[in-house]
Amino acid sequence: MIDVCRSLPIWLIPALPAAGFVVLALVGARFPRRWVAIVGAGSVGAAAAATLCTAIGFLGRPPETGVIEERLWSWIDVGSFEIGFNLAVDALSLVMIFVVTFVGFLIHVYSTEYMADDSAYSRFFACMNLFVAFMLMLVLADSLFLLYLGWEGVGLCSYLLIGFWYSDPANGAAARKAFIVTRVGDTAFAIALLLLYKHAGTLDIQAAMAWAADNWAVGSGIAVAVALLLLGGAVGKSAQLPLQVWLPDAMAGPTPVSALIHAATMVTAGVYLIARTHVVFELAPTAMTTVAAVGAATLLLAGCSALVQTDIKRVLAYSTISQIGYMFLGLGVGAWSAAVFHLMTHAFFKALLFLGAGAVIISLHHEQDIFKMGGLRRRLPGVFWTFLIGSASLAALPLVTAGFYSKDLILWAAWSSDSGSPWLWAAGAGGALLTAVYAFRLVFIVFFGDERGHVERRPGLLILVPLTVLAVLSVVGGFVETPSALGHVSFFFDLLDPVLPPAHATVAGHGTEVLLQTVVAAITLLGVGLAFFLYVRRPAIPAAVKASPLGAWLCGLWLSGWGFDTLYDRIFVRPFVAVAGLLRADPLDEISSSVARVIAAGNSALSRTQDGRVRTYAFGIGLGAVIAVAVVVLT
Amino acid sequence: MTAEVLLEHGLVVASALFATGLIGVLVRRNLLFQLLAIEIMLNAAGMAFVIAGARWGEADGQVFFIFILVMAAAEVAVGLALLLRLSHRFRGLDGDSVSVMRG
Repeated sequence: MIDVCRSLPIWLIPALPAAGFVVLALVGARFPRRWVAIVGAGSVGAAAAATLCTAIGFLGRPPETGVIEERLWSWIDVGSFEIGFNLAVDALSLVMIFVVTFVGFLIHVYSTEYMADDSAYSRFFACMNLFVAFMLMLVLADSLFLLYLGWEGVGLCSYLLIGFWYSDPANGAAARKAFIVTRVGDTAFAIALLLLYKHAGTLDIQAAMAWAADNWAVGSGIAVAVALLLLGGAVGKSAQLPLQVWLPDAMAGPTPVSALIHAATMVTAGVYLIARTHVVFELAPTAMTTVAAVGAATLLLAGCSALVQTDIKRVLAYSTISQIGYMFLGLGVGAWSAAVFHLMTHAFFKALLFLGAGAVIISLHHEQDIFKMGGLRRRLPGVFWTFLIGSASLAALPLVTAGFYSKDLILWAAWSSDSGSPWLWAAGAGGALLTAVYAFRLVFIVFFGDERGHVERRPGLLILVPLTVLAVLSVVGGFVETPSALGHVSFFFDLLDPVLPPAHATVAGHGTEVLLQTVVAAITLLGVGLAFFLYVRRPAIPAAVKASPLGAWLCGLWLSGWGFDTLYDRIFVRPFVAVAGLLRADPLDEISSSVARVIAAGNSALSRTQDGRVRTYAFGIGLGAVIAVAVVVLT
Repeated sequence: MTAEVLLEHGLVVASALFATGLIGVLVRRNLLFQLLAIEIMLNAAGMAFVIAGARWGEADGQVFFIFILVMAAAEVAVGLALLLRLSHRFRGLDGDSVSVMRG
């Protein structure tokens, strides 16, 4: 069994969704819907099966180097510059492909029903399959160059799917915004790759990392520069400060897209990138501090914004930004495994929440305003229970949810690690309070209270089954790694150990760890209680706060995401548009176009002499002869 | 009468003839008269050849005059044929009315 699994080629995993894309893109429009659904979801399901097989092979007989490499072909070979098209599976990419294929498969199954009424059914699945293929390429890449291919590919698919309903210009604008803002980060990433290649002479991830560890001193300028540029790429893709503005607008796409791309997989690519290149970051303490600071600031700012949103998907979008902030915080204090663990549990519960939100949205005939929902607990019990589990996991309800275990590890590392500090811990703990409040605010407003909104249709099995599976994962997904006080299971960290070193802890206090866990658990419960009090018991209080001048100002600020859009509009967009307006007439082209104008004037003057009269021509000849003779005679 | 005087007078007459022909080409609008004026110019050139031949006592000048006569005959043949076609086509011989083929 294990031998069979080890002999399964890895390239099958990205190739299956890619094949699905090719089939759907070429002939999908002529397929009946059932076939499209089978090809679309089936190709990702097959990739999930292949992933399972690879995982069995990997875990059953771990490779000695910790990496299964597969050399496919040479992609670029010019002189000494050679880029291979090679795939590699190690523990980190195994976790990632597991998340991408399994969560991706569940979302595809869900989409077969969610998108059933859409006229562009096959285009949707073609783009989704292409996305999964590129995402798998990204995480399986052996070299940073190939990783960059996947990185840009998922960006393209994100663009295509955000603007999926392109007949509304607002959706197209959101798609462009997402593409352009992430491109800022991608440029930094590309420069980092060039710098790395210039110094290390290779883009092969393992070789480049080994070279960097051997040749760069800790804190050297070049290491810091490369790390910060890589961080720039990660910040763009993962929607962190200061490039977080695109993610809330990206909710213009269909809900399964938000679940797959903008919650579970693509936006966590930045976390993956930093974990993958952690060697460079360890050489650059300044960059590490920056990562942690970006994470801490983002999780607080986005948490505040999530508190006041009224669109159910925007709440979840800001929540995603905030949760990825936690992952960055974990990365910044060197808790690589904890960050990847949170990435995995977040993929489960955030995909679940988005899919649950999608089920609510189509049940109410595309209503997204949470204040037009209410009391759906009795109407949509299946969605309610799974959404509740997802929210509990998001809020990190102690002991029973996956989110608790992963977030706890990050917070403990933020306190205890070398580069951690009580301030970072406090930011994380404050974020935990915000998370609990906004997560349960959503639950209480949408599912409790008076019944509002008319349920037009109940979700079918194809929607409920993925929700249930994800709900189960949102609970049990956390039990693969538990803190020492709670059973001390360390399966996940042991798995990642060969790839990602453990966090260096200076404050090794078992008592402190338990104390801090208790404090965070208490904060979480306090947040849930606060949400219950404010949105169920005394709904008048939030309304009164909103009505007061300070409250209204703060609400407006948070609703607009701290005014970043306005700021960027003033600083970048408007000057750019103004300059574009000035240059529209091409003033620099005057130099070359004036030559053309002189020639055109000469042409019209000379063509006037050709009037077709014999006498004029004869006169011209005579005059010319006289001048010629005069010149000869007089000189 | 010396040879130089003969040459000088003869060339003055030839130039006058040539100028007459040229002015005729430039000022007449009737194509037939323009053709006649061209004949005058050709004859002026031929006369210059003959006079120059007589001045140096060479037969070349007269040979050239015969060449010019032959060329003038050919030119008249073609020219008159064109004139016939034009007078059919444009109902007249006004050269300016044929200015449709300009650039």
